[in-house]
Amino acid sequence: MRIATQHKTAPVRSEQIILFRVSGQLFAVSSASVQEVRGVDTLSATAKEIDLPDLPKVKHFVHRGENSLYVVNAAMHFGLHPAPPSLVFVLRRTRTALLIDSIEKMTTMTRLQALPLAFCHEERSWYRGLTALEQTVVPVIKPDGFLTPDQLFSLDASLLPRESPAIYTASDMEPTP
Amino acid sequence: MTLIAETELQSFVLLRLGDRRFALAAAQIAELVAPSRIFHFPNRTPEIEGVLLRRGRIVPVCDVAEKLIGKTLRSRRFYLIAQRCYGAQTEWIALPVTGDCALINAEMTLPSDTDAPHVGGWLSHGGDVIEVLNLVALTPGPNEISPVLATVHAQEVRN
Repeated sequence: MRIATQHKTAPVRSEQIILFRVSGQLFAVSSASVQEVRGVDTLSATAKEIDLPDLPKVKHFVHRGENSLYVVNAAMHFGLHPAPPSLVFVLRRTRTALLIDSIEKMTTMTRLQALPLAFCHEERSWYRGLTALEQTVVPVIKPDGFLTPDQLFSLDASLLPRESPAIYTASDMEPTP
Repeated sequence: MTLIAETELQSFVLLRLGDRRFALAAAQIAELVAPSRIFHFPNRTPEIEGVLLRRGRIVPVCDVAEKLIGKTLRSRRFYLIAQRCYGAQTEWIALPVTGDCALINAEMTLPSDTDAPHVGGWLSHGGDVIEVLNLVALTPGPNEISPVLATVHAQEVRN
């Protein structure tokens, strides 16, 4: 009697992603990381201007509950030629709203390759990794990689009322005897 | 009785960049591939030209010609895929080369203190003195891979 061999294959883990474009460049983001997709027009009614010369990629913010959500121009963040954005991704569990050009489609990735170690600069904080889709390589963005804690601190500080600036000196921090 | 001088012959792959030849230890070479499509995406590592897709793996392309011969390669291109060490970890890196490569056996002379960091040694072959390349010094990578980063990287691969 011949017994059929049973092949156990590991279930393929897949993740739903949104492919989107910024200045013609294709990127991917996990759909679970996108809380909301809005048109730029709908955001402009509630957005307020912010001007931090060191951080030109952030020009607006929106109040969300107790927090401020900072609107990051993705083209400027990635050093791409700026194009007029039409959509905003509100990224879940971050304080970032990302200006993008368009959504290409939703699809599924089954393999995420870590960013090769040859990429050794700022981009390591931009991407979760790379995925190959239909013979194309697409970088998968890291939602919390758009604003560093220092940048968020500077942005928050710039929103403090200017009438009563909080000025602390080193002596203020010393314990009182 | 015949005495045979014992020499430490090693295998090397000779590669051509423009008019010059260089060598890499054959043990470091994965394969030589035909011209392939390079994919680009934003990054801040200028030495990396893009990535190519090979056997399901995404391989960074690093043009070392500018560093070695002072100009980038125009008429190429094959890609020599080599293994590059990052601490305890090894990854593929694709080096654009001009034309075919050759496998030779030769004895390597160690580099001197005055040699450039990318020189891993010297070979004498066919009347030429050829540099053996040290990929760690020649191609970009974090200066030192901490065990923490290596762990994170391994997790990223598994995910």
